[in-house]
Amino acid sequence: MEQTSSGFKQEDTQPKDWAQQLHHATRATREDWFGRGISYLCIGVIILVVASMLWFITSKGIATFTHNHVNVGQFLTGTNWAPDQGKTGALPMIIGSFAVTFAAAIVATPFAVGTAIFMTEIAPKRGRKVLQPVIELLVGIPSVVYGFIGLAVVVPFMRHLVGGSGFGIISATFVLFVMVLPTITTMTVDSLRAVPRFYKEASLALGATRWQTVSRVILRAATPGILTAIIFGMARAFGEALAVQMVIGNAAIMPKNLISPASTLTSQLTTGIGDTIDGTLPNNALWSLALILLLMSLFFNALVRIIAKRGQLSHER
Amino acid sequence: MLKDYSFDQTAVQTFDDHVALALKTEDLQVYYGNNHAMHDANLAFPKNQITALIGASGSGKSTYLRSLNRMNDTIATVTGKIWYHGVDINQPDVNIYEIRRHIGMVFQRPNPFAKSIRENIIYALRATGIKDKKVLNQRVEQSLKGAALWDEVKDTLDKSALALSGGQQQRLCIARSIAMEPDVLLLDEPCSALDPISTVKVEETLLELQKKYTIIIVTHNMQQAARISSQCAFFHLGHVMEYAPTATMFSTPKIQVTQDYVSGSFG
Repeated sequence: MEQTSSGFKQEDTQPKDWAQQLHHATRATREDWFGRGISYLCIGVIILVVASMLWFITSKGIATFTHNHVNVGQFLTGTNWAPDQGKTGALPMIIGSFAVTFAAAIVATPFAVGTAIFMTEIAPKRGRKVLQPVIELLVGIPSVVYGFIGLAVVVPFMRHLVGGSGFGIISATFVLFVMVLPTITTMTVDSLRAVPRFYKEASLALGATRWQTVSRVILRAATPGILTAIIFGMARAFGEALAVQMVIGNAAIMPKNLISPASTLTSQLTTGIGDTIDGTLPNNALWSLALILLLMSLFFNALVRIIAKRGQLSHER
Repeated sequence: MLKDYSFDQTAVQTFDDHVALALKTEDLQVYYGNNHAMHDANLAFPKNQITALIGASGSGKSTYLRSLNRMNDTIATVTGKIWYHGVDINQPDVNIYEIRRHIGMVFQRPNPFAKSIRENIIYALRATGIKDKKVLNQRVEQSLKGAALWDEVKDTLDKSALALSGGQQQRLCIARSIAMEPDVLLLDEPCSALDPISTVKVEETLLELQKKYTIIIVTHNMQQAARISSQCAFFHLGHVMEYAPTATMFSTPKIQVTQDYVSGSFG
């Protein structure tokens, strides 16, 4: 037989049924099936949970429009929010949310990028040993603590500085700035560290200065990663409820300036959700706010993916 | 097993005063922390010649090369003197950016920026403050011609440099260096990532370039050293063992370790 000639010692003198031998299940194949089964089960449960959440929020959120017959356009552009009187203009909250989000991102980004450059290019050792743990600690502080500090420190400070109550978009921006700073910083650090070392070497070997190398080569190569970091920071700011609610003043009116009470989608949700009855317009209107939040976070996610894809293209060799 | 060759017996050539030198090192030592990676390197490089640095992996030739334009500054401690135009450039008060503009470097792995071919070349020129478009374009053409790449890329200057082949990328890196109009060009195994045809092209380019520049090239490939270099230095475990005209080195090496290395019976 073939297999004896290849040096195998055959213990069985009976001719083997090779077709059967090579087809039957062994421990190895059963292990594979078991492992695959478990992972399918887990992913199945997760898909089910996510899908039902999406369906739940969507169905509740559109009830305002289908059941209470509110006009979508009026909901998005109306400026008068008093759902218990049938007035459901959500624009003040939408504007409030975008205002604090963009303001926080704009203020935080230069600080975050500066810190990240310091941590990776200027003092990489101290960056890794001291700054990294500190910043990671900041990410882990619960938002209620940030809110509390905002309420105890920032709001009185603003009151002193510009008068009024101290509650408002600028206080919320300040609190969110501190909250998104570590997020943007850590992700920027990651993207700076991912820039191939040879870009830096090539630039230095050509006589470019350290600053030219950082600003024109390293930051340039890390741009997609930094944009992703900013968007993640914005997503966090957009979705933050508690800390914002504590310092923004929660007045559902069009914000006329940065220092008078305003409100955001999230702060309105957390303030209002306990006072409404399931199935009524005030309750449904809050679900519609939640739907807007959900759509926005989907949008942020999509944006991150598009940028990541673009980034990959520019690094392809 | 590696034979125990004595480091006491070395044969390093020196040059007469009438030979014009581009660069010279005196008792150059390199330490990575406690690791003494380069011992007493005393080498002089004649102008407008190609000098090859050969030796096994870990012999210190790349370490030595990177010290010459201070690229080791942040990684290693380099002591000793590096003479360039009568100035010891291994001093802390020397402007390293200025040095690197005069002593260019090309790396083992082609490392163009993720920019267009044109941008790759004018990046460093812009960094030195040249803004005139005419001058920039002229330099782009000159340097690409110098690196024998012009004919292949003249119609695609604004396409990404990453779309080029490995050999073309490496010649672009050479073009990028010579666009700075340096005196000395350091090359760290520039052909080790290239196929034989691209290698021949790079070698032809270097032979042409030695008319204008002094070239110091680290190579693993002894045939390459024999083909293109005039002078050749053999490194072994962090020591310069022999330095001689290439023809002499390969035909009649003076010491045993070189003999063994060039004949292939090393170790």
